[in-house]
Amino acid sequence: MSVIYILLSVSVVVGVTFLVIFLLAVRSGQYDDDYTPSVRMLFEDELVKENNTSKQTKTD
Amino acid sequence: MESKTCFHCGDDCGNHPITFQEKSFCCNGCKTVYEIFNENDLTCYYDLQSSPGAIPKEIEGKYDFLSQDNIIEKLTEFRSDAIEIATLYIPHIHCSSCIWILENLNKLNTNISDSQVNFGKKTVRVTYNSETTNLKSVVLLLSSIGYEPYISLDDFKSGKQHINRTLIYKLGVAAFGFGNIMFLSFPEYFEVNEYWLEQYKPVFRWLMFALSLPIVFYSAQDYFISAFKGLKAKLLNIDVPIALGISVLFIRSTIEIIFDLGSGFFDSLAGLVFFLLVGKFFQKKTYDFLSFERDYKSYFPIAITKIDKEGNENSIQVYDIEKGDRILIRNEELIPVDGILIKGNAKIDYSFVTGESQTVSKKSGDKLFAGGKQTNGVIEMEALKSVEQSYLTQLWSNDVFNKNKEDGFTNITNTISKHFTIAILTISIIATVFWLITDSTKAMNVFTAVLIIACPCAIALSAPFTFGNLLRIFGKQKFYVKNASVIEQLAQINTVIFDKTGTITSNKESNALYDGEILSDSENLVLKNSLRGSNHPLSRTLYNVLQENNIVTLDAFEEHIGKGIEAKHNAVNMKIGSASFVGNTNDSAILNTTVHISSNNVYKGKFTFYNSYRKGVSKLFNQLKQRFDLVILSGDNEGERENLKKLLPAKTKLIFNQKPEDKLDFIKYHQSEGAKVLMIGDGLNDAGALAQSDVGIAISEDVNVFSPACDAILDATKFEALYAYITASKSAIKIIKWSFVLSFIYNVIGLFFAVTGQLEPVVAAILMPLSSISIVVFTTIATNILGRQLE
Repeated sequence: MSVIYILLSVSVVVGVTFLVIFLLAVRSGQYDDDYTPSVRMLFEDELVKENNTSKQTKTD
Repeated sequence: MESKTCFHCGDDCGNHPITFQEKSFCCNGCKTVYEIFNENDLTCYYDLQSSPGAIPKEIEGKYDFLSQDNIIEKLTEFRSDAIEIATLYIPHIHCSSCIWILENLNKLNTNISDSQVNFGKKTVRVTYNSETTNLKSVVLLLSSIGYEPYISLDDFKSGKQHINRTLIYKLGVAAFGFGNIMFLSFPEYFEVNEYWLEQYKPVFRWLMFALSLPIVFYSAQDYFISAFKGLKAKLLNIDVPIALGISVLFIRSTIEIIFDLGSGFFDSLAGLVFFLLVGKFFQKKTYDFLSFERDYKSYFPIAITKIDKEGNENSIQVYDIEKGDRILIRNEELIPVDGILIKGNAKIDYSFVTGESQTVSKKSGDKLFAGGKQTNGVIEMEALKSVEQSYLTQLWSNDVFNKNKEDGFTNITNTISKHFTIAILTISIIATVFWLITDSTKAMNVFTAVLIIACPCAIALSAPFTFGNLLRIFGKQKFYVKNASVIEQLAQINTVIFDKTGTITSNKESNALYDGEILSDSENLVLKNSLRGSNHPLSRTLYNVLQENNIVTLDAFEEHIGKGIEAKHNAVNMKIGSASFVGNTNDSAILNTTVHISSNNVYKGKFTFYNSYRKGVSKLFNQLKQRFDLVILSGDNEGERENLKKLLPAKTKLIFNQKPEDKLDFIKYHQSEGAKVLMIGDGLNDAGALAQSDVGIAISEDVNVFSPACDAILDATKFEALYAYITASKSAIKIIKWSFVLSFIYNVIGLFFAVTGQLEPVVAAILMPLSSISIVVFTTIATNILGRQLE
């Protein structure tokens, strides 16, 4: 069998995989809110920092 | 002393700020919120944004209904023994601090396990342990930190909202198919009869066929359904030639690869469907934070406190209120039914209903109408009707609320499509007949080629991209339009009807500025006292604006209707009124309402009213008068007629004393006479008129909270720009017509290839995307130029 069959099937399988992942992501509601996550992402650091300092003061 | 602003909410602290930990607060409420955050290590709230908070409101007893099981059932989206999940709408969400604090609710109440904010929709989804806490305490917690959720009758409707994401799925499938088919058809574009390619041709072709199946049968199914519906209703809508093109493309391509006649047009097919769906997707611009479908249910509370015969207070569902029930309305609560005031001092704010924000005082025995908001302590009233039969809510039983405005409207694309489809069918038949005579082997080829190349992809894309882009441009300029068809209807308007109160007048307090010679104390005294005696709206407003003065009895007082007041006290003889009345002749042309004053026949100066009418009302009306019939349709009495006459162009019709149903009927009558009506209103009393009109625009001071059902919402600050928006809509139609011309040129070129029987797949594959893309580019550039002109 020629290598072209393998290449074609690989390319189609990769394509289908990404399509399925995309559809599942849409279905899960991931793209419904496209603003809040961008803000939330910036919070984590400050939150952890604050947790650390409060823990430190307790252990001190 | 330097005036300080509140550390929590940013308001002016006044003369007596409350100081706590070296920070000043405007009130105890704000200080309490700060204390809560401080105790729980949440002061990070203030680092993200300065003074982000809101003053917590008095809510005692307001949420008692939340302990009722059937109400909790409706408000929660998930309920099990231990866990409940509820999504609450919080209008105050406005900055990153809000997101941060609301997502850290678990630090304030450990029974809340998770809270997630959706900033666009201004909602927070709270997951909490229902064994140790309940919905009521969650709501109370939110209220105590200044984030009071807005729970209305709307939340009570059964059934959870279902988000429709099919278009995105279809677009995804089409994009996947389009990309892969292009990839697979590439070798054949450059085919030079190589041995290697010849050998694998069938594999590539059948793979393309397989990939086109989901595109035709899933992604494109809406076009077939719509075309079928159109034909059934004997309408040649744009989807008819599209569906025809898609089927011909698919069938001819399949036949070609079965009999090894050629490579087929799968690439063009996939591209066509993909571009069409992109257009559809682009046209759909939604504003998460706005609702265009509100009726009274969005304003009314879910439950209300009922006092039974024994004097016990129970909270009951508002739909359960019966005639004769005694109900308790607390401060800031909405009256849900018509009734009679029994106890307490009612000061009712009917601004939801009429747009007028001045409160009305009522005494025991007076009739109260549903939709008013009590603003002064607790009152008791007796219900005269049920919720659905009240004066205001009755309006929604009108048929007009069940109609879909788009149904009776043929859009520009479908208008052109009728002629287009007939023309294409004629051309294809003539060409086929011609070829049948000259070279019958090519006849079928030509017939299908014409239908393929003439598939009106570019035409179908013109309107979605033009309107879609304009929708976004409008949105950026605070004019929020429901959908593309509204822009199209706006372009056809010939009559503009305005509500008065709250629409052309501002809801904010009126302000009068004095310009002229300073009045002496005795003159001020006479002025204030003579205004006191007058019932003219301008006198009332001016009276409220002026400083307190002693009350004296005037020696003489005479009111000249339509002119002004003449009053005498001691040595002062004062005239208050229009410029001509007080003897001022050299007044420059004025757009604002003014009141002139003269003392002892000496002209003193004038008061100019600023906020009373919106800025630019006169200018807007003067712009509009050249092209539209103008009407003011007001629910108020004729008190303002003279002022409006002065302010507005002479041809403006002024109609007063209109009930909500009258407004609706007035519009219906004019529509039957052939008018295309644009209604601009604001209160719930305009809801019927807004629904009946061809385009209903609601003006709103705060777009996040209150606006009745409508086709578009206009931010009050952009009121002046209304004419520019209408003109822009008209220009958009012109842009679409030009892009039709452009796509006809492409069609003619394509038809040349098709009719002469030389349509190669590669020509179609170049021509079809090229025409679509150039249409998209043209409409986008043109609408952006239009948008720049708007700014």
